[in-house]
Amino acid sequence: MRIVLALVAVGVLAGIAWAGGQSPAMQAFLAIVAPYVAIAVFVVGIGARVIGWARSAVPFRIPTTCGQERSLSFIRFSPLDNPSSSLGAVGRMALEVLTFRSLFRNTRAELKPGGRLVYSSDKWLWAGALLFHYSFLAVFLRHYRFFVEPVPKVIAVLQGLDGFFQVGVPVFFLTSFGLIAGLGYLLARRLVDARMRYLSLPADYFPLFLLLGIALTGIGMRHLWKVDIVRVKELAIGLVNFHPAVPQGVGPLFYVHLFLVSALLAYFPFSKLVHMAGVFLSPTRNLANNNRAVRHLNPWNPPIVGHTYAEWEEEFHDKMKAAGLPLDRE
Amino acid sequence: MGHKTEEQLLQIDYAPPKRDWTDPSVDFEARKGTWSYPGKAKNLQYMGFPNPRDWSPTDADWQLPEGWEKIIHDGFKERLEKYRSLKVFMDICVRCGACADKCHFYIGSGDPKNMPVLRAELLRSIYRQDFTTTGKLLGALGGSRKLTPEVLKEWFYYFFQCTECRRCSVFCPYGIDTAEITMLARELLNLVGLNINWVMEPVANCHRTGNHLGIEPHTFKDNIDFLMDELADITGVRCEPSINRKGAEILFVIPSADYFADPGIYTFMGYMLLFKYLDLDITLSAYASEGGNFGLFTSHDTIKKLNYKVYHEAKRLGVKWLIGGECGHMWRVLHQYMNTMNGPVDFLEVPKSPITGTVFDNARSAKIIHICEFTADLIKNGKLKLDPSRNDHRRVTFHDSCNPARAMGLFEEPRYVLKAACNHFFEMPENTIREQTFCCAGGAGLGNDENMEMRLRGGLPRGSAVRYVRDKHGVNTLSCVCAIDRATLSGLCEYWAPEVGVSGVHELLGNALVMPGENERPTDLRGTPIAAREGADHA
Repeated sequence: MRIVLALVAVGVLAGIAWAGGQSPAMQAFLAIVAPYVAIAVFVVGIGARVIGWARSAVPFRIPTTCGQERSLSFIRFSPLDNPSSSLGAVGRMALEVLTFRSLFRNTRAELKPGGRLVYSSDKWLWAGALLFHYSFLAVFLRHYRFFVEPVPKVIAVLQGLDGFFQVGVPVFFLTSFGLIAGLGYLLARRLVDARMRYLSLPADYFPLFLLLGIALTGIGMRHLWKVDIVRVKELAIGLVNFHPAVPQGVGPLFYVHLFLVSALLAYFPFSKLVHMAGVFLSPTRNLANNNRAVRHLNPWNPPIVGHTYAEWEEEFHDKMKAAGLPLDRE
Repeated sequence: MGHKTEEQLLQIDYAPPKRDWTDPSVDFEARKGTWSYPGKAKNLQYMGFPNPRDWSPTDADWQLPEGWEKIIHDGFKERLEKYRSLKVFMDICVRCGACADKCHFYIGSGDPKNMPVLRAELLRSIYRQDFTTTGKLLGALGGSRKLTPEVLKEWFYYFFQCTECRRCSVFCPYGIDTAEITMLARELLNLVGLNINWVMEPVANCHRTGNHLGIEPHTFKDNIDFLMDELADITGVRCEPSINRKGAEILFVIPSADYFADPGIYTFMGYMLLFKYLDLDITLSAYASEGGNFGLFTSHDTIKKLNYKVYHEAKRLGVKWLIGGECGHMWRVLHQYMNTMNGPVDFLEVPKSPITGTVFDNARSAKIIHICEFTADLIKNGKLKLDPSRNDHRRVTFHDSCNPARAMGLFEEPRYVLKAACNHFFEMPENTIREQTFCCAGGAGLGNDENMEMRLRGGLPRGSAVRYVRDKHGVNTLSCVCAIDRATLSGLCEYWAPEVGVSGVHELLGNALVMPGENERPTDLRGTPIAAREGADHA
């Protein structure tokens, strides 16, 4: 049910764009208004999100330590899994964001007969997530070629590498495949694994279908139902330079692609996709484990006084005296 | 308690139920053995906590206070502003499920709401409804739920079914920490008087007497005198630890179980032998007679309140620095909270071992070191005469306690001590130790008898690993640096890995430490004959 709902939602978005792409009035909306609105919502939304997080205090330094602490000189510590300095914490963060360090640890627990538990390394999620994220990044960067003229060298090189195997005309990009495979895996595990199905919300399926829609329409336009790329680039450059014009004769598939991208951007700040920004603010990962060496300050540290020694001695004075314990007040 | 057989407990169905997780209902009657008794009115009253009353989770009406919805809503809002952790963790989970089978309670029960992701969703669904626009607009479609008494009951059940062990946080790609979520959820529950007595009673005791067990100062002294008599009988060496002594160099803070109950008392004997051996200028305090802090399982304010005594006493006695004993959650507080909450401690000095001259630079601000850091340094510098053969009847493994492992990173120091003090040391499988260690399932206030079925279930992963090394290497001693472990793992081993006993690290050190002027020692500190290698030491 949750799956169908998400699929229908993406289908409706695509349908609107497909139909709209064939009516001149709607074309202006899809090609010009929607992208601008989406980008504005994305930038303002993400900005608001980050500011919202940043405004909340970090009262305590609570890193989850995943390696040996720095203590005695003869014991080797783990500078990245248990950083003792801010530099180490930056390194830990980089490892997390660039290589998905924590997912790399993933294991699968299995209960064998007789209550024996066995843990096996399970790197599939790590591999699938890496494949998806890096492919998406490469695809995103590749699109830069539509927005500038001449195409920067870096992008050309990236594109050259991506099409390394020279299969197909035009060349099929590895990352196009990577993107589809990554998304396919992430979707499949939610569908196949009963546990994942149980905990997944429509908000987990929706972005996957949306991204799949974007990827498939993009690949479709490159390889199957080719669009007039010159017109597309004119629109893209127009959008960047704030004098866009509705492109002529690019076909409805392009509008579907563009509208789904707009939907993704607008949806981003209100969804779990904000993990992209939020991961940097996670207090269990971005702080050094040096609480005993450097005092962390709590901006709202409440002035709580516990049961004082004087109060305590007051209550037990006679018993302490009888037991011969030292007293402050005789 | 324990009314289910091992076979019955192992019939774990991991297939999710038909019922959607958004349905909050919990049948407390049918689930007896998996929840803890509520906090008694007298304890709440003593602490000035809201809504004191005597009640039971099986009651239909939990006697929530007037306006409880607003209390929870406002409390939630306040904490979202005060804790970035909460806000970020509410927002960024992608429900990838990497955490699911990392929780010992999920592994042992198969209850999907014990998957850390769903435990957090119990709170997150209310967050969406109350604090996000999309959550309000989309309602159930967006994964939102309305706050109802049923939801509060569900929170009570599941947030007192998490031991705040942080294992899931190790595996989460964003470091989402269920301990943090549980701590804050418990704070919310406390606002309307929902808590458990096994937390509330120690909290109230600790506030009054200085320790969880409610031991008054004269009894504190009696207990220690008695233990020192026992120790003199075994070793021929009389230790005379000082209590509340002004002008001592070091204040020693320990969990109260160490001077109260078997098997912690043997660890205490180990500490005392070490201090005697070194002629260390150190004192105990009958006021700061508890390093443990059940405030950690109540609210941040309570942590601060109960922990106040530690630095306060250090100042009163005029010591230079502190050593903390073997206790897990105590070290979470001492390492990650104390300096921030109760500092700064400009009246103390940077810890420096008077024996080796080592300066503990890693504790230069908080001025407190772990006893294992202290002892490992002594051993490295050749300051201790050890006879590890006196532990030859012990085949030892080490259980990393959750908090020293995942909130500190104390892995090698205790191992360094153990390997010097014992000839037979074996590690449990790597996915069950160090940062991946499994909880004893009795932490965070859940180590009570009425919750025994859940403790045994949650203890399955640890128990299974202990049984593995017992069968493979003949391990008969599970050592650890945690008082809750010493109390709960004993029962757990009895169930899942019979013939394995539980010891503190400094108990084993005490066995091996060759004291000047000691007797011939035919037994270890427990009175178990050293020569007898067969038969497990099962105290």
